[in-house]
Amino acid sequence: MRNGSFWIAAAGFGIAFVALSRVLFTNEYYFFAAYVVLQYIVLSTAWNILGGYTGYINFGTGAFFAIGAYSSAVLHKMPALTEAWFGIATPPIPLPVMILIGGIVSGVLGLGTGYLTLRLRGVFFAIATLALTVVVQTLIVNWDYVGGSRGIYIIRPADAPLGGGYIQYLYTLMLVLAVISVGIARTIERSRLGLGFAAIRDDELAAEAGGVPTLRLKLIATTLSGALMGMAGAPLPYYVTYLDPTSSFNLAYAVNSVAMPVIGGMTSWVGPVIGAILLGTIQQLGSVGFFLDLNIPPTFNLLIVGLLLILFVIIAPNGIVGLVTAHRRKRAGALAAVAARRAA
Amino acid sequence: MSEAPLLAVPLLSVTGLGKRFGGFIALDNIELTVGTGERLGLIGPNGSGKSTLVNCLCGTLHNETGSVRFDGQKLDGLVTHQRTRLGLARSFQLPRPFHTLSLVDNLRVPLTFTVNARPGHRLSAAQTDARCHELLHQVGLADKARRLPRDLTQVEMRKLELARAVATQPRLLFADEAMAGLSPAEVEEIIAVLLRLNEEGITIVLIEHIMRAVMSFSTRLIVLVAGHKIADGLPQEVMANPEVERAYLGE
Repeated sequence: MRNGSFWIAAAGFGIAFVALSRVLFTNEYYFFAAYVVLQYIVLSTAWNILGGYTGYINFGTGAFFAIGAYSSAVLHKMPALTEAWFGIATPPIPLPVMILIGGIVSGVLGLGTGYLTLRLRGVFFAIATLALTVVVQTLIVNWDYVGGSRGIYIIRPADAPLGGGYIQYLYTLMLVLAVISVGIARTIERSRLGLGFAAIRDDELAAEAGGVPTLRLKLIATTLSGALMGMAGAPLPYYVTYLDPTSSFNLAYAVNSVAMPVIGGMTSWVGPVIGAILLGTIQQLGSVGFFLDLNIPPTFNLLIVGLLLILFVIIAPNGIVGLVTAHRRKRAGALAAVAARRAA
Repeated sequence: MSEAPLLAVPLLSVTGLGKRFGGFIALDNIELTVGTGERLGLIGPNGSGKSTLVNCLCGTLHNETGSVRFDGQKLDGLVTHQRTRLGLARSFQLPRPFHTLSLVDNLRVPLTFTVNARPGHRLSAAQTDARCHELLHQVGLADKARRLPRDLTQVEMRKLELARAVATQPRLLFADEAMAGLSPAEVEEIIAVLLRLNEEGITIVLIEHIMRAVMSFSTRLIVLVAGHKIADGLPQEVMANPEVERAYLGE
């Protein structure tokens, strides 16, 4: 499918999904659950732009995500701040604008991190991104304006702009973000940029010798990946209504955004989507006690992720997408062999 | 071709190039020139600095001292991809294919990022595609265009490596041990490919251990020993040089 028609199809799918969910989701809880799954589609797709396409493993998803969330928290307090300083309260900033700003802030963080760390290869880059989370979390914990370690309460606006409850509005925005990120990932995959990313992933030295400006391309990847993660985090304060460092820098974001592309398949845009839907749904079901009617603590979810991750790394290192393409190739080979035998 | 240095300005000139790794002097004050259209053989025992020299000239390593000019332009401070775009290409000693990309896409990388990045040379998508297949055809890999590098034999891998370097449309090509580990018949195949490229106007520097290949290919020889250039001249004269003999055979 051409890029243009894919975008149209994706937008159509998004609109249909929103419309359908308004009819089918009889309980508000479904919107809460779907929001989380969609958020993971954005996060794992964003992670995969750097991790899957260029091969740089990022364990710092939590940092980029939380920066997006905290930039919204700051913007949320903006009217109160201007009133205190200048005596005039500016109108509240609409959430889509916050998402854009959160994306820009996290994108800049991605660019900066990339510039400082991209000379490191392999595991050293991964360690640096892990450290990034610690650094950013420490800064937030010590920043009193956004509540420090106490956290901050965010009161949702009284009216939801699209009718229905506010959670439906959040859900719709996250769906739009998911469609946009998947669209971006797929467009990259089929572009000159995607070819350069793949060359970097396979052999950076050979890529550079072939004329690929590797540093510039890697910076594009970290910036874009960081920006999308920040955008996924920006609506979080309104989703949880109480934002604190422990939950917004939760290890689950980093672990999930690595596990989902690995389980789904890292070489194509489909992989992170499949992984996010699969793992995200399992975790949502698990947290409401769908599997066992036991009182399982939510941390149990990470155990499921860990076990699945180990299973896939051993049995299907190229993920679900890898399994499917290997099966297809095998069948195509077998068919070709049969055809050759017939011809002979 | 041996009368090639008709031009006053050489294609590549290296002056006073030095490179150390810690306390080890890998290259010491290397001076050399390469004329347009030449077939230069670069030889020397293992560890004499041949690959280090290529790495310095291509921008993979940074030489601490000295200066490199290519076609009258200073290369100092330029990174590898910038040098590649200026027309300096290399093949790697151990083939380094893009292992998740098909052979066509392996060649599409240099075409997209080097040839199409030069001003006024942009190929359309269809032209790029055609050029990929043409390059594969030239090295006899046309029927494997959709395969992955892991499906190739050792000699085919070397050909892919050369094709990928040639895809950048270089003016100067460093072939770093393009024939190591190949059978005599396969060596002939690679030499034939290199000779044809030279006839098409690409200046070639061949780094090689197989003396038969070097002697039949080169119009000039340079010998490196322990980071020093000890000989530079016509192949027969260089091989008769007692210093070279001593380096290779001992006292």
